[in-house]
Amino acid sequence: MKLKTNVKNCKGCGICVEFCPKKVLELDEVGKIKVAREADCIKCGQCELRCPDYAIFVMRDKK
Amino acid sequence: MEELLVKYFRPKLPHIWCPGCGNGIVTASVVKAIDKLQLDQDKTAIVSGIGCSSRASGYLNFDTLHTAHGRAIPFATGIKLVKPDHNVIVLTGDGDATAIGGNHFIHAARRNINLTVVVFNNSIYGMTGGQYSPLTPHRGMATTAPFGNVDRPFDLCELAKGAGATFVARATTYHANLLADLIAKAIEHKGFALVEAITACPVSFGRQNKMGTPANMIKWQRDNAVMVEAMAKMKPEQLEGKFPIGVLHQAEGTEYVTEYQKVIKRAMGSGE
Repeated sequence: MKLKTNVKNCKGCGICVEFCPKKVLELDEVGKIKVAREADCIKCGQCELRCPDYAIFVMRDKK
Repeated sequence: MEELLVKYFRPKLPHIWCPGCGNGIVTASVVKAIDKLQLDQDKTAIVSGIGCSSRASGYLNFDTLHTAHGRAIPFATGIKLVKPDHNVIVLTGDGDATAIGGNHFIHAARRNINLTVVVFNNSIYGMTGGQYSPLTPHRGMATTAPFGNVDRPFDLCELAKGAGATFVARATTYHANLLADLIAKAIEHKGFALVEAITACPVSFGRQNKMGTPANMIKWQRDNAVMVEAMAKMKPEQLEGKFPIGVLHQAEGTEYVTEYQKVIKRAMGSGE
């Protein structure tokens, strides 16, 4: 799993969807975050960096 | 971020801020800066005033104080004088810091007291319904300025510099990593440190000024903020509507709490 979401915290602002360079993310039918194409994720962290609601996290390998 | 949430946040999320509000990004940057410096949670005080931004203190697991409107800096000054070894961080908004608490702000800068002040600048009074603040741009729309704002805004960083602050920096929520770095530098700085965080208010400011979605407001920050070093090399026509980010001013100066401790020593007759 590359991305972890916390849908309870998501308010559906769409910032992560807009800033994802690989178009991995979508909003679902109730306007909350959905990881639609996880295989395309390059773990750049743009979504996590600017999520104002702490609702999406990139799973990094523990060093 | 996930481990920082567990370590530094109280279990009160989701927060009350509107969808797309940048305050969450600024709060995360404050926490990242604190984590970078590995500050002792029991020796760090977060003080806030009133407004959307000032709700941040309630979510953070430190010694926190949610004070009267505009009075975050006086409360913080009190804490710093009594506990000089504590890191005191003030989280405040543009209206809170520059209108209601304007005098406190300039005089804390003049005294050069060792505080870190993070001003969440969303250009509007968001919580009360979008009235213009001293940082609303000239001709910007607000509920109290339906034909455009007549006032000219403060340049907060220049104001702080002029008032005597010894560390002045600015960043935006687009530049969230830079913002965290600048806050860390501000905490390390000995003296009055201001970090102006440009943040989006999509509901009260963006809607009235037709700035589009929260993501578009963050893109506006990306397109109009220029690193201060790059700005020096740009032509005047390229600079129209742009604002500088980065460390804008840094100086050495006599720090208030240190001086006050000396006075206490002298008064106690230690013969200094």
